[in-house]
Amino acid sequence: MEFHQWLPECPAFSMRLKQLDGATPDQKIADLKFLSQQRLDFVKTNALATKIGTMMSSLGAEHVAQCGPAVKIALVSSHTVSHLAGGISVGALRRGFIAELFFGQYGLYRNELLQPDPNLKTFAPNVIVIANDVHDVNFDLSLDSTHRDVRLAIDAKISELARLWRQARLHFNATIIQQTLLNTHYNVFGSYESVLPGAPCSVIELFNARLREVAAEERTLLFDFDLQAALKGYEQTIDRVRWHQAKQLVSPALSPWYGDLLARVIAAAYGLSKKAVVLDLDNTLWGGVVGDDGIEGIVLGQGSAAGESYIDFQRYLQGLSSRGIILAVCSKNDAAIAEDVFKSHPDMLLRRENIASFVANWDSKATNVRRIALELNIGLDSVVFVDDNPAEREIIRRELPMVSVPELPDDVAHYAACLSAAGYFEAASFSKEDVERADLYRANSRRQQEFSETTDMEGFLKSLDMRLEVGRVSKMNIGRVTQLTNKTNQFNLRTVKYTEAEVDRLMRDKEALALQFRLKDKFGDNGIIAVILARPNERWPADTLFIDTWLMSCRVLGRGVEAASLEALSQYACELGLKRLIGEYRPTARNKMVSDHYQKLGFRRFVRGVDADSSSTFWLMDLPPANTLTHHIEVDITNDEQRDLHPANERIPRSISR
Amino acid sequence: MTSKEIYIQLTNVFREVFQDDGLVITPATTAEDVAGWDSAAHINLMLAIEARLGIVFNTSEIDEMRTVGDLAEAIERKMN
Repeated sequence: MEFHQWLPECPAFSMRLKQLDGATPDQKIADLKFLSQQRLDFVKTNALATKIGTMMSSLGAEHVAQCGPAVKIALVSSHTVSHLAGGISVGALRRGFIAELFFGQYGLYRNELLQPDPNLKTFAPNVIVIANDVHDVNFDLSLDSTHRDVRLAIDAKISELARLWRQARLHFNATIIQQTLLNTHYNVFGSYESVLPGAPCSVIELFNARLREVAAEERTLLFDFDLQAALKGYEQTIDRVRWHQAKQLVSPALSPWYGDLLARVIAAAYGLSKKAVVLDLDNTLWGGVVGDDGIEGIVLGQGSAAGESYIDFQRYLQGLSSRGIILAVCSKNDAAIAEDVFKSHPDMLLRRENIASFVANWDSKATNVRRIALELNIGLDSVVFVDDNPAEREIIRRELPMVSVPELPDDVAHYAACLSAAGYFEAASFSKEDVERADLYRANSRRQQEFSETTDMEGFLKSLDMRLEVGRVSKMNIGRVTQLTNKTNQFNLRTVKYTEAEVDRLMRDKEALALQFRLKDKFGDNGIIAVILARPNERWPADTLFIDTWLMSCRVLGRGVEAASLEALSQYACELGLKRLIGEYRPTARNKMVSDHYQKLGFRRFVRGVDADSSSTFWLMDLPPANTLTHHIEVDITNDEQRDLHPANERIPRSISR
Repeated sequence: MTSKEIYIQLTNVFREVFQDDGLVITPATTAEDVAGWDSAAHINLMLAIEARLGIVFNTSEIDEMRTVGDLAEAIERKMN
């Protein structure tokens, strides 16, 4: 089966793999990442995975950290899975993290999770993937079963699974990922199969449909392997020989494909999915060169197959935009001519206001992509660069290796399919925040404009009519809060990354304060822009609140949010009867901007004997605070947060997950 | 493809699968002679040979192969 067509081929793979041994540590990391971004079959993938393993154990922690967070993944199953290790570790590196793997024993997943297995306990997984199959779930239903019979049988199996998830969460404090059942049943009726609820294929289809619902309710992440296999075609993805030979549900030959699919889901849970698409214009969004052919000469819209294909691609991009992916333009063009197509071409589907950052000039694309990332305030590693020109793609890959560059097919009819198959934008939740993101970035650019015109800062801040809504973290925003702890690298005092299960635990902890902050102003809602997680800690007296996490989105810098947040935090802490706050600044390569955060807020620095040699600084403030700091934000402390689309959970609507 | 050419190709596949550039195989080589040649690696090896040589083994053939010689003969039958 063909897979990973969006990745470029690597003719000199074996040579490059060998050259790794003599390279410097920095070069090793760069090369391993580069190789993980190539199209590799399973033999090469396994060879690369072996190298990743040996190099990660020999390189220092600071180098390993450049490959992203280390995630301990336990794959427990009802079939053989250990041969998937290579595919998963290469997929992980490609998707921005390091996978440490634990494989359960063949068929023993229930015991391992329930007892629980001491080896698994020692491993202490961050993520547990449950992979079972139709042989394991094994329905005993007659062909003439009614819908009700089938529903009851399915519900019984699924409640059993749900109990398993809850137990596993309790024992391991890990994020649970459930795989859908690969529908390996043979068709016994043909098209009539789906009419009969009791026919084997139907039962599994109905089971998977119900599993998707219950997983969302239980906040278990879903790895919809059956959907992915169906998209590729069961004939290609189901290998009967390997099942009979070794009870392998997934053929070793497909392990790179499987590993990448699983890695995407985990990456999404860790907030590592891509955030923005940077688009070329000529021969990418329309056919022809607008500078030469003129607005009436470009190929776009009805009347030709190519023109329709460009519309199809634009429609796909619009779909991405409406689920919160930022669109930007990077084109070698005259800016006025390029923008005019967006404003005046009758068939143009994407509008100028869909584009958060529009850069059309004659500078190099690497320079421009850097500029766009800065303007949007996102990391280059969150950017996907889409360009029909292979030379431009090569330049970006060389100059900005952290940017994802799909190998766009020659035919525009396949552009959307290529981008979709590449899986850059996998989601682990979907909320109102995401829907509103496009508005948010537009409002931000208007704010930016007004700000650049102002000379009176105080007056400007007052005129914004800002309101900070503060509340405890709840089921309704836990997804966003977790995402922020994983994504925020600059304004983050200690840079502690959390899984959803860990935030959930803090949320329920009576002694802890898990607070989220939403900023609104006259231009609109900025969404949840700051998080504080704090708890008394055995290192200090019981009446002291230690600030474990204080992070803020950089897009609201310079607006006094820090002072307003401190006001709210103090109020919460005083209500709990606490007498002082302690904060720590733990420096990383990227959070220098907050080195004097506590000092600015009026905390006193103190030196801890134990940590005298650590690079951290510690800061103290007595409660209630002696003086309040001036800011122009109305602070509104609420107890419930009711803004998400799905009040009981952050279920991903089906229309969007597909 | 001659028997010699098959052995050259097979050697390449063996070296790649077992990640050992110095690996040498003869018709008498068995799983015991090659480090890492367990049942899981055997499946990888078969699939790699299928992919590189553009052939497909039957389920029954896979069970019968005991030595590299058996393997080479099966390939020769398929390719000629």
